[in-house]
Amino acid sequence: MRFERREHRPLSLLILTPLIAVVSALAISGILIALAGAPVLEAYWRILAGAFGSRLAVSETLTRATPLILTGLAAAVAFRARLWNIGAEGQLYLGALAVAAAGSMLLGGLPGIVQIPLLLVTGAVAGMLFMLIPLWLRLRFSVDEVVTSLLLNFVAVLIVSMLIDGVLKDPMAFGWPQSYPVADDALLPKLIARSRLHIGFGIAIVLSIVIYFIQSRTVFGMQSRAAGLNPPGAVFAGVPLGRTLLKVACLSGGLAGLAGAIEVLGVKGYVTTDLSPGFGYAGIVVAMLANLNPIVVVLTALFTATMFVGADGMSRSMGIPTYIADVTVALSLLTMLVGLFHSQYRIRR
Amino acid sequence: MTQLIDIFASIGLWSAVLRIATPLILGTLGALLCERSGVLNLGIEGIMTFGAMIGWLSVYHGADLWTGLLIAAIAGGLFGVLHSFLTVTLGLSQHVSGLGVTLFASSFSYYVFRMVVPVANTPPTIVPFQPLDIPVLSSLPFFGPAFFTQTAPTYLAIIIALLLAYIIFRTPMGLAIRMTGENPHAAEAQGVNPMVIRYGAVIAGSALMGAGGAFLTLAAFDSFFPTMMQGRGWICIALVVFASWRPGRALFGALLFAFFEAFQLRMQTMLGGAVPYQLFLMTPYILSIVALALMARRARVPQALMQPYRRGER
Repeated sequence: MRFERREHRPLSLLILTPLIAVVSALAISGILIALAGAPVLEAYWRILAGAFGSRLAVSETLTRATPLILTGLAAAVAFRARLWNIGAEGQLYLGALAVAAAGSMLLGGLPGIVQIPLLLVTGAVAGMLFMLIPLWLRLRFSVDEVVTSLLLNFVAVLIVSMLIDGVLKDPMAFGWPQSYPVADDALLPKLIARSRLHIGFGIAIVLSIVIYFIQSRTVFGMQSRAAGLNPPGAVFAGVPLGRTLLKVACLSGGLAGLAGAIEVLGVKGYVTTDLSPGFGYAGIVVAMLANLNPIVVVLTALFTATMFVGADGMSRSMGIPTYIADVTVALSLLTMLVGLFHSQYRIRR
Repeated sequence: MTQLIDIFASIGLWSAVLRIATPLILGTLGALLCERSGVLNLGIEGIMTFGAMIGWLSVYHGADLWTGLLIAAIAGGLFGVLHSFLTVTLGLSQHVSGLGVTLFASSFSYYVFRMVVPVANTPPTIVPFQPLDIPVLSSLPFFGPAFFTQTAPTYLAIIIALLLAYIIFRTPMGLAIRMTGENPHAAEAQGVNPMVIRYGAVIAGSALMGAGGAFLTLAAFDSFFPTMMQGRGWICIALVVFASWRPGRALFGALLFAFFEAFQLRMQTMLGGAVPYQLFLMTPYILSIVALALMARRARVPQALMQPYRRGER
């Protein structure tokens, strides 16, 4: 048996690959649900119902998808340039922390229309700066950014923990370690009344379209793709490699920081160390399932959010651990990898 | 100052060093073996988590401790098969595949654990490995209780480090592994099958990772809880670079690292309150990053690391 590179990739295969990947991941998870002793089809039905069964459920799923779109975009823009930013989780936390600090201590008095944009930018800049550490280590010391960005995730959560236990600790929180809340004016307006869905969802969608155009229509988009496909070739063609990576890192870290800012301003109002149930890591799966396409990221983030929100309800009623959502999402990354291989190579005997 | 001397003179510090080092030694050796054959295994964090879970669960259900450790190693090996299939057979990105294996292995561990053990305020415990006194040496003053009353897997980990150094540098198999990691085409020309070598190294390396994870639940602690791995796997990946891909230095690096860890734990109690404890908890991660920055340029990277090998394709 041998593999032969496909001369051109049929469009049908590109569209079918993620679908087949998701279906196979669901099938494997089905075995695990069966092992837990529950009827598989009913479990999946309840996941769907839990995610889309009511107006509240739909708004909850879209709310959960918002940070996933942003971390998915953060991974997608970085991976396209082969910059392995696995630190979205940490950048998200630093973005959230900066927003909570600036919102409660500095900008609290300003009117919402001024304060909200300023806070969103603050969050993005914090994430950006945190991403510059692994980038600098790569450019200056040729350290693989995968490990450093991963390790910094732990550092980021500890920084948050330290500050919300110290200077930022809200004395009104009954001893719970959480930061001062941001001012009410700074909270993002709701998209649907009496739900948690906020305009952050709209911001995320607009950004995915903007990034699509940046990648397909600008010089920077072309340079970042070239830097990823063939770094020496890109340098030879006149692409400033370091500067391109710097821009990519800023964009990626900024998106992850923005995800944290939007979580604070849209959902919680303050920061804790359990703000993110692994949004940063799930973003990697979101990006890979979308084959790094920023528009498709919205759809794959919706799939991931569906699994997480739906599994919450399903787990309560059927006694299956909620971790089934994480398992399915991780499995879909693995099946997607196999699918990507299949779309690039054909098997010959 | 006298307090610092007290810390250094305490038996507790030095016996903690070996205990903290054991999972790092096993994990680092596992990652090192994979990388020597040319495969970066970022599945390590998840594989160690799964080893910790399955080892604990086996013992909780009546297996003896050594069987638990063995089951953890076998489970690690199975994840190694998965990682080799993705990176060696299919030649996919080793970064993304490894992260996929980690995400899958850790969420799968939590799922299985929750399925079997319902939520409780105090997690159920097992009877872990007990310290094993080495005859004669353990009765030495100071050195005896500090270094020679560890649990059996700790001694085993040190023996494995020496054995791995011997295999890699002194046997034909070790030469084949190193050659595959440096230049798989040349290895193939010499009659070595790079695919087989890579599969073998990744499976054996992942088995070591699984056992390293299991040490945490079977010897260092007596229970399993999600998120207990705390990035130990990633620290092992950094230690491989620090060790410049040599098992002897990996052993030294893990011990040095464990020393800092044991030391900061005692500083934490000494300075308790004056300095936020989170600063101490950050030190392992920051130390790893510093070690990487210091060593990354100096270390001799296996030349074919992260390059998939496809027969007849360059």
